[in-house]
Amino acid sequence: MVRGSMLSIHQFGWKFLISSEWNPTQGDEHYGALLFIVGTLMTSVLALVIAIPLAFSTSLFVAEYFKGTRVASIVSTMVDLLAGIPSIIFGLWGFYILRPFIVSMGLSPQGYGIFTSGLILAIMIIPYATSLSNTTISMVSNELKEAAYSLGATRLEVIWNVILPNARSGITASYILAFGRALGETLAVTMLIGNSNIMPTGIFSTGNTMSSVIANQFGEASGLQLSALVEIGLLLFVITTIINAIGKFIIKKFA
Amino acid sequence: MNLTTILSQKANANDLADSFIGRKIKDRVFLGVVILFSLLTISMVLLIIGTLVFKGHHQINWAFFTQTAPNTFDAMMAKSSGQLIPGGIVNGITGSLYLVLIASIIAIPFGVLIGIYVYENQQSKYASFLRDTADVLQGVPSIVIGLIAYLWVVVHVTHGYSVLAGSVALAIMMLPLIMRSTEESLKMIPDTLKEAAMALGTPYYKVIWRVLIPTSFSGLMTGILLAISRILGETAPLMLTTLGNPEITWNITKPISAVPLLIWQFYNDPNMVDLIWSSTLFLMGFVLILNLLSKWIAAKRKI
Repeated sequence: MVRGSMLSIHQFGWKFLISSEWNPTQGDEHYGALLFIVGTLMTSVLALVIAIPLAFSTSLFVAEYFKGTRVASIVSTMVDLLAGIPSIIFGLWGFYILRPFIVSMGLSPQGYGIFTSGLILAIMIIPYATSLSNTTISMVSNELKEAAYSLGATRLEVIWNVILPNARSGITASYILAFGRALGETLAVTMLIGNSNIMPTGIFSTGNTMSSVIANQFGEASGLQLSALVEIGLLLFVITTIINAIGKFIIKKFA
Repeated sequence: MNLTTILSQKANANDLADSFIGRKIKDRVFLGVVILFSLLTISMVLLIIGTLVFKGHHQINWAFFTQTAPNTFDAMMAKSSGQLIPGGIVNGITGSLYLVLIASIIAIPFGVLIGIYVYENQQSKYASFLRDTADVLQGVPSIVIGLIAYLWVVVHVTHGYSVLAGSVALAIMMLPLIMRSTEESLKMIPDTLKEAAMALGTPYYKVIWRVLIPTSFSGLMTGILLAISRILGETAPLMLTTLGNPEITWNITKPISAVPLLIWQFYNDPNMVDLIWSSTLFLMGFVLILNLLSKWIAAKRKI
């Protein structure tokens, strides 16, 4: 990959990271990845913000409130199914169901944009965020919880003061890994973000992410543009690997 | 006792009662929020599956499984006269199966062997290096894997979009999944079993072949099925490696179609809208059945 992006690295150097210009016009080619880096970060952070309350509630539902019951196993199977649905199906569903819904809410004229993609990404990463936190939450020892109950603590207080501090590292790690997933998601985002090479101005603005620009422009790209796309891929690889390494590090350190 | 002490005691008791009720209420409200949000998550799953079944079922017919994808002109004609779109997705189905087959041929032996190696040499540096590599590989976005397969295979080996490139991309995605699941299922085998075989003087390769693999077989199957269900729906890497093909082909140096690629094509073609839903329904059904099958095997093994 480094070899494939050499052409672009030579041409632009470090400016590739901070330039927000993306101009494939012949003779006046100029590429910078800043737009896409910002787009990727915005969608993924938004996805994480939306996903955390949902994922945390689901984890508590499965691993604490209804632990071991039939309802819990149905809920966790459903969430697992969510992990099995391919990315393109989320994209289609977002395009045909979620997008009109957002238009009718008057949030955005076309329904495309950072917000729509963030929303669909949030749904997609919920299973990744729950699976590990489920295990850590259910692994908090019963004696600790019972001790707190015997002091008269309510369930909420037990969750807040006993379970959370004990399961914190596992929960954090699972959200970081889910964030890593969100960074690399391609198709669902490509179908919903609007694919415009402008700097996003807010969460309802359209934009482009690192993965969606590769998916969109790869077919027609050659020469310098191809090399620039490969460099974006390389950047994406580096970023996701760092994020995942942080997640794994937290798991290892506190396990 | 004077009045002030009594009063202050009473106030304390009141405070206590208030705060106790307050805590109770907070507790209840939190439970309510948890249930509400969990139901919201579940309803997303049901909504997505429901939409697909509702919109997709009427295009599922015999032709859907026996004919290749229609061209856009035929679809437009059928649409304007209010008929079902002719044709099906058989080129996608055969393509997907072919890609998965070749990817499995590449990934399963490697994955299982590396898994066995890592299990047998828990402590070695090389094993932990392999384990870390698998972790990294698992976190790499699928489109980046597509780019890698493009740079390796499309540019240097087949000099054009090809089945081989797509299979290599999918195999790279399967490899860490199979490796980890092999290791995990081997870990579940009691050591005594292995030691018994060793005590009988069985050579090491025979212990692996006749004891470890058969006893962990259902675990291996679960891992393989899960990995296949994961890659069946992958679209992004295939867009960069196999491109798509309106004909059925078995030549591994030629471009090929796949169900997710067809869905992407239909999505980009306003005349094909009706076919999207049925192909999506088919794809999701296939993936979920594999998924549930693997879970079922895993659950059966536990008993």
